[in-house]
Amino acid sequence: MAAHLKKRVYEEFTKVVQQQHEEISAKKLRLTKPSKSAALHVDLCKATSPAEALQYLLQFARKPVEAESVEGVVRILLEHYYKENDASVRLKIASLLGLLSKTAGFSPDCIMDDVINTLQNEKSHQVLAQLLDTLLVIGTKLTENPAVRMRLLDVACKYLTDSSHGVRNKCLQLIGYLGSVEKGATKEAESLAAKDVQKIIGDHFNDQDPRVRTAAIKAMLQLHERGLKLQQTIYSQACKLLSDDYEQVRSAAVQLIWVLSQLYPESIVPIPSSNEEIRLVDDAFGKICHMVSDGSWVVRVQAAKLLGSMQQVSSHFLEQTLDKKLMSDLRRKRTAHERAKELYSSGEFSSGRKWGDDAPKEEIDTGAVNLIESGACGAFVHGLEDEMYEVRIAAVEALCMLAQSSQSFAEKCLDFLVDMFNDEIEEVRLQSIHTMRKISNNITLREDQLDTVLAVLEDSSRDIREALHELLCCTNVSTKEGIHLALVELLKNLTKYPTDRESIWKCLKFLGCRHPTLVLPLVPELLSTHPFFDTPEPDMDDPAYIAVLVLIFNAAKTCPTMPALFSDHTFRHYAYLRDSLSHLVPPLRLLGRKLVSSPVSPSVTPHEDPSQQFLQESLERVYNLQHLDPQSTQELLEFTIRDLQRLGELQSELAGVADFSATYLRCQLLLIKALQEKLWNVAAPLYLKQNALASAAAKQIMEETYKMEFMYSGVENRQVVIIHHMRLQAKALQLIVTARTTRGVEPLFGMCENFLQEVDSFQRCFISELPHMQDSFVDKLLDLMPRLVTSKPSEAVKILQTTLRQSTFLQLPLPEQIHRATATIIEPAGESDNPLRFTSGLVVALDVDATLEHVQDPQSTVKVQVLYPDGQTQLIHPKPADFRNPGPGRHRLITQVYLSHTAWTEPCQIEVRLLLAYNSSRSKASTRLSKSTWMDTMEAFPPFEYGIEGTIPFSKPVKVYIMPKPARRALV
Amino acid sequence: MPEIKVTPLGAGQDVGRSCILVSIAGKNVMLDCGMHMGYNDDRRFPDFSYITQNGRLTDFLDCVIISHFHLDHCGALPYFSEMVGYDGPIYMTHPTKAICPILLEDYRKITVDKKGETNFFTSQMIKDCMKKVVAVHLHQTVQVDDELEIKAYYAGHVLGAAMFQIKVGSESVVYTGDYNMTPDRHLGAAWIDKCRPDLLISESTYATTIRDSKRCRERDFLKKVHESVERGGKVLIPVFALGRAQELCILLETFWERMNLKAPIYFSMGLTEKANHYYKLFITWTNQKIRKTFVQRNMFEFKHIKAFDRAFADNPGPMVVFATPGMLHAGQSLQIFRKWAGNEKNMVIMPGYCVQGTVGHKILSGQRKLEMEGRQILEVKMQVEYMSFSAHADAKGIMQLIRQAEPRNVLLVHGEAKKMEFLKQKIEQEFYVNCYMPANGETTTLFTSPNIPVDISLGLLKRERAIGLVPDSKKPKLMHGTLIMKDNSFRLVSPEQALKELGLGEHQLRFTCRVHIQDPRKEHEMVLRVYNHLKGVLKDYSVQHLPDGSIMVESILIQATAQSEDQGTKVLLVSWTYQDEELGSYLTSLLKKGLPQTTA
Repeated sequence: MAAHLKKRVYEEFTKVVQQQHEEISAKKLRLTKPSKSAALHVDLCKATSPAEALQYLLQFARKPVEAESVEGVVRILLEHYYKENDASVRLKIASLLGLLSKTAGFSPDCIMDDVINTLQNEKSHQVLAQLLDTLLVIGTKLTENPAVRMRLLDVACKYLTDSSHGVRNKCLQLIGYLGSVEKGATKEAESLAAKDVQKIIGDHFNDQDPRVRTAAIKAMLQLHERGLKLQQTIYSQACKLLSDDYEQVRSAAVQLIWVLSQLYPESIVPIPSSNEEIRLVDDAFGKICHMVSDGSWVVRVQAAKLLGSMQQVSSHFLEQTLDKKLMSDLRRKRTAHERAKELYSSGEFSSGRKWGDDAPKEEIDTGAVNLIESGACGAFVHGLEDEMYEVRIAAVEALCMLAQSSQSFAEKCLDFLVDMFNDEIEEVRLQSIHTMRKISNNITLREDQLDTVLAVLEDSSRDIREALHELLCCTNVSTKEGIHLALVELLKNLTKYPTDRESIWKCLKFLGCRHPTLVLPLVPELLSTHPFFDTPEPDMDDPAYIAVLVLIFNAAKTCPTMPALFSDHTFRHYAYLRDSLSHLVPPLRLLGRKLVSSPVSPSVTPHEDPSQQFLQESLERVYNLQHLDPQSTQELLEFTIRDLQRLGELQSELAGVADFSATYLRCQLLLIKALQEKLWNVAAPLYLKQNALASAAAKQIMEETYKMEFMYSGVENRQVVIIHHMRLQAKALQLIVTARTTRGVEPLFGMCENFLQEVDSFQRCFISELPHMQDSFVDKLLDLMPRLVTSKPSEAVKILQTTLRQSTFLQLPLPEQIHRATATIIEPAGESDNPLRFTSGLVVALDVDATLEHVQDPQSTVKVQVLYPDGQTQLIHPKPADFRNPGPGRHRLITQVYLSHTAWTEPCQIEVRLLLAYNSSRSKASTRLSKSTWMDTMEAFPPFEYGIEGTIPFSKPVKVYIMPKPARRALV
Repeated sequence: MPEIKVTPLGAGQDVGRSCILVSIAGKNVMLDCGMHMGYNDDRRFPDFSYITQNGRLTDFLDCVIISHFHLDHCGALPYFSEMVGYDGPIYMTHPTKAICPILLEDYRKITVDKKGETNFFTSQMIKDCMKKVVAVHLHQTVQVDDELEIKAYYAGHVLGAAMFQIKVGSESVVYTGDYNMTPDRHLGAAWIDKCRPDLLISESTYATTIRDSKRCRERDFLKKVHESVERGGKVLIPVFALGRAQELCILLETFWERMNLKAPIYFSMGLTEKANHYYKLFITWTNQKIRKTFVQRNMFEFKHIKAFDRAFADNPGPMVVFATPGMLHAGQSLQIFRKWAGNEKNMVIMPGYCVQGTVGHKILSGQRKLEMEGRQILEVKMQVEYMSFSAHADAKGIMQLIRQAEPRNVLLVHGEAKKMEFLKQKIEQEFYVNCYMPANGETTTLFTSPNIPVDISLGLLKRERAIGLVPDSKKPKLMHGTLIMKDNSFRLVSPEQALKELGLGEHQLRFTCRVHIQDPRKEHEMVLRVYNHLKGVLKDYSVQHLPDGSIMVESILIQATAQSEDQGTKVLLVSWTYQDEELGSYLTSLLKKGLPQTTA
C-alpha cells in the first residue's frame, strides 16, 4: 500500500494537468505545483535524529497543503508515526494530522480509524492528548455523522480514566463537542446516551485536578451551547464548585450556574439550613452576587458581567444588591445617599455637614445583623468599589442592563451611577455616563444628583463632556431650578471650552424640547427682559446668548404662551437663527408676525410621501425613455439628475437614495453622450481630439461605479449587479475607444483577452441575477460569446460596439435603506490666517477631528490625505484607536497628522481631506465568488478584477495655512 | 498534642502598642513591636520582661515581624532591639523599612527634644536597629531557619503594609496587621489566598461598623473644596504626615487635573516631602490606576501640589493647604488655622478623628470661640467640616478576609473588647470556627492536628494503586507498606526494601488451621466437593485443584486428610501466609460453615 502511494506521490512531481473550461472553449495549459507530500517523505527518510525530523515537520507545517494531496501526506505521516520512537516527533505528527484534517475540501473520515488505532498503542500521555485533539478536529468536521460521533464518544469515555490530566481534559472536550444533542431522534438508545454524557461529565466535577474540573464544566457549557438541555440536578454540584480553590474552576462554575438559572428560572430550590425554598433564579442570583466579592478579579469580572443578564430575578433580591446596611458601633446609620434624599425632601439645602451629622441613630439588635449574607446584599456596592477597573466597568454594565428592565431598580441605582462619575479611571466614568443615558427614560434626576452630574461638565476630557451632553439631551429634570442650574453649568462649560459649542447647543435644544413648562418661568430672567425698562440688545454672535435662545425657542415650540414674553429683538434673532442654525431652531408659530418661513405644515409625516413619490416617478420616467431620441434622452436625464440632487438636499432622509440614483443616471448619461460622439462614424485617425472625451467618460463612469459600490451603506446584491454591469459597459467603451485610436493590433490582443475574462467572471459572480437582465448589454454579449472568443480583436471590437449601442438601459432597483458615507472635518476649521510655523525638516502635528457617518468599518477604510501646494500628496492611515463610536452609524475620528516639508519662502495652504479606501476584492460579489468556487482556486481566474485598490474622497477639503521655516544655523 | 500559643503583650482588647507573641511548633515569633499613644510612662512600650526574665531575647525569639510603619506597630522597635537587646532578624517589607526610620526619628525628636525626656533611644540606636532588618517582598517565602518560613501578603492600609503568614511544617498562623478591604485612591485592597491557616490573627478596629461607600465621602470632600475655592476661600486640611495625606493629595491632584483648576495646593515640607519620595519609588505597592499610569506619569509627582512656605499663608486668593499635625493641637496647622479662622469664606476640613482637648476636637464639637494661649479669644468664622477617611477594614471586610483565607481558628486583636465580643459571636456563628480575644498578657492555647508528610517510593505507590479500582480523588485509601522512621524523616517502603535496608532476613509467618467436616465420603470426593463449592463462591479468585489432591486458592493451600479414629470426620488443613490473612480467615470461616448439602 505504502509503496503504491509513494509511487503515486512521485508521479505527481512532474504531472502535467490539462484542464478544460466548459464555457470558454480556449484550452489552457497549467502546471500544478509539485506535491509537497513527496518532498516531505524524502525529508523524513533522510532525517537521522528525532530533532532533525522535528525540524522537517516544522518546516512542512508552515505551508498549506492542497486538499487533494492531504490523504497522501497523512499516510506518509502515519507510516513515520509507527516507526518513530521519540515522543516529541510523534506529538508533532499527531498535531499535524489535526492540522491537515482541517484542510478545506478534505473529508477526514478515512483517517479516523487510523488515528483511533494509534491511540491504542500509544504510551506517552502528551501524544495521547494530542491524538485526542486530532480526533476532536475530525469529529467537528463530521458532526453530521452520528456513527462517527458515537464511536468517538466511546473512545473518549474509554480514555477518561487516564491518569494524565491532559488526556482527561481532551476527552471531556470531545464529549462536550460530540455528545449527542438531538432529543427528537426518538431512538431510545440515543436519549440514553445523551443522559450518560451529562452524567459522565458531571462525575468529573470532582476530579482531583483543577484543570480537569474546569474542562468538565466547559464541556457542560459546550453541550448547552450546542442545544442540549442540561439537567437541573447539576445545579447543586455546580454550587459546590463555586467554593473551589482554583479561580478558573470558580469562573467556569459561575457561568454554569448562570446557564442553569436561565434554563430553570422558576423551579424551586431549598435554602440549606432552613426550611424555606426559593426560586432557582433568585438562589443563583444570590450565589453569583456572592462571587462579586471573590478573591480573584477574573471571577469577579465574570460574576459582575453575568449579573446583568439575569432579568427574571425578583425585585426584592435585585434591590438588595444596592443595599448595604450601615452601622456604627452597633447602631444603625443612614447612608449618605439616604441623608441626601432626606435633606432634599425636607426642603432645605445641605448646610455643610456638622461633625456627628451622620451620628448613628437607633440601636441594632446584635442577633439580627448578618455580616456575610448569603443573599445578594450589597453586591453592586462592592462591585462598584472594586480595586480593578475591569470589575467596576462590568458592574456598571450590569447595572445598566438590569436598570433597563426594571424602573424601580433604575431609580435606586441612580445614586450609585452618579457616584461613578467621579471614578479615577476615565473609561469607567465614560461608561457610567453612557449607562445613565441608556436608562434615562426611566428616571428623573433630583436636584442634588443633577448637581453632581453637572459638576463633571468641567472635566478636561472632551469625550466625557460630550457624553455628558448626550446624557443631558435625554434626562428628565424635575424642577425649574434644575433647568437653570443645567443652563448655568453648560454656559460655564462653554466659556471654559469654546470648542464644545455645537454639542452644547444641541444639548440645550433637547433640554428645551423636553421641559417647556419648566423653561417658561425662567424666560424673563434668561432674556433679561424687564417689565418697564428696555434692556440693551444682546450681541447676536455671542455663543452663550445663542445657547440661551436655542433653549428658549425649543421650549416655545410646544408652549404657545412663551413668545408673548419675547421682546422685539428676540423675534429678529429668531428669524436670523432659524435661517442660520436651522437644525437647532425649530419653526415656531408666531402670531401676528410675518416671518421668512412659509406656513408650516401641522405635521411632518405626510411630508415624506410626496417627495418619495416624486422620486419614484422621476425615476420611472427615466427608465421608460428608450423610445425618445438621443437629444431629448440626454435632456431628460440631465433634468432628472438635477431634480434628484435638489431633492437630496431638501429631504435628508431621502438623500442617500436620491444621490445613489443620481449617480447611476449620471453614469448612464455619460455613456450615452460618449456613444453619441461623432467619432464612431468617422475614420479613426481623423478624430483624435474627440476621443479624449469618450475615454474620459469611460474613466469617470468607472470612478462613479466604485463610488456607488463602496460609498453607500446598505447596498444589496441586486444593486451590485447593476453597478458591475455599468462598469463592464465602461470597460467595453474603453476597449472600443482604444481600438479606434491605437494603431496595430498587438496591444488589443491583451485587452480583448482581459475583457473576455471579465465578462466571464461577471457571469460567474452573478449567475443567479442574469435572468433579470434581459436585453441588457451583458445578456447580448453572452449570446455572442462564442463568436467573440473565436474572432480577431478588430472584429470583436466591432461586435462590442454594436452591442453596446443597442443595449438597453437597466433599471436600478432601489434598496430599502441606503446611506451615503459622509465626513465633515471639524478641526482644522480652515479659517485661521496665522500660518502654522515649523522648522523645515522637522514635523508638526496637526490635530484632525472629523465626524463620519454611515462608514462601515472606518478603522480600515478611512484615510487622511494631505495635499501640498507642490502637488505632493501624503496618505495617512489613522490608528484604530483614533476612531470612536458615539452612536449607531456614526464615528468620530480624532487623530494627529504629522506634516513636514522643505523650507518655503512664504506661508502657503495645504489641503487636508478624508478618503475612503476601497479594495474591490473586499466587495460582496467577490467574497461570494471566492466561497462558491474555492475548489478551482484563484488560478482559474487571473486576479485582475480582484484587488483593485483605490480611494474616494468623501469630505470637503480643508485648507490649512502652514509655513515651514528654514532651519536656522547657529553661528559657529 | 501540638499546640499554638498566642500571648498579646499589647493590642489585646486594646488599640495601640501592638505586640503579639506566637509560639508555633517550638518556634517563637514576635509580631509587631509598637508603642502606645496614650501613655508617657513605662506603659507606652510592651513589657518585654514577660518574654524572659534574665536570658537574652535573642535566645528566645526566632524572629520579629513588623507589619507596617505606623508607630503603634513599630514604635518600640529601637527600644526593644537596642536597649532591651535583641540581635535576631527583624522582617518587614521594603517600603516599611524605608519609611519606618523617618517616623521613629520624628517620634524620638518629639519625645526627647520637645518633652525633654531622657533615657530614650537615640538616633544611632534607630540606625543600628534598622541594620537588623531583613526586607521581604510580597508573596516571597522567606526561610527564617530550616523549618520556620514567613510570607507577606498585600494589606492595603498604608504603603508597605503587609499581612504575614508564619508557617512551620504544616502548621501556620496568619497575622493581618492593619488592613483595608476597600481600595482607596492610592492603595489597593488587601488580598490573601486560600491558605487555610490554623489561626488567623486579625485586627478589629471597626468590629461593629459597616461603612458607607467611599465614593460619597470623596465626592463630598471634593465638592466642598471646590466650592470653597471657587468662592475665593482658603481651605486648610490638617493631616498626619503619612497615609491619608497622600490619598487626599492624589484625590485633589486628579480633581484639579480633571477640572482644570488653577488655585494652588500646598503641602507642608519636611517629613511629608521625604515620605512622598518613597511613595514615588514604591509604585508596585500602590493601586491599579497608579501602577498602570506611572509610565506616562507618576501620580505622586504632583503637578498642582507645591511645597508650602510660611509666607504663603498670607497670600491673597484661594488656596488649599495640607498641614501637619492632624488634630490642630500644635505646629503649622494651628498657626495657619489662627490666621484664617476669622474669614467666613475659608474652610477647615478635618479628615480624621480628633482626641479630646485638642483644638480640632473643640471646633468639631461646635465651639465657635476658642481660648488660645495668652488669654486670647479666637473667634472661628470659617466653615468647619468633618470627613472620615479611614483605612481599616470594617466588619464586612473582616468577614470577607476570613472567608478568603478559611482559617480554622480566629483571634481578634487591636480593637475594643466590647466591639470584639460582637464580632467574635458573628464569626463563630457564620463560619463555625473558634474565635478568641485574649487580653494583654493572657495566653491563648489552641491545639492543632498537623499533617505528617511521609515519603513513599513511586514503585510502591504505583503498585498499591494498581490494586484498587478507579483512583478516587480526595478519599482516604488503604495501603500496605513498611513505615521507616529514621533521621527525623518518615518513609513508606515496600516490605522487601525495608528488609533489605535493615539487613534482616525475611521470616515467613504461616497460619494453619484445621477444619473438621463431617463427611462420610472418600477423601478425594470430598476434596472435589470442596473444590466445587469454593469455585462457586469465590468467583473472582483463581481456585485450582492440584494433582496431589490439594486445593490452591490464590496462594492458600487446602489439604484434606481423614481422621484416623473417625472415618466420618475429615480434617481440612488450611494454610496461609501472613500476607493472605484476610482471604485465609475468610476461607476458614467459610469452610467452618460446612459444605452445602447437595444431593448429588
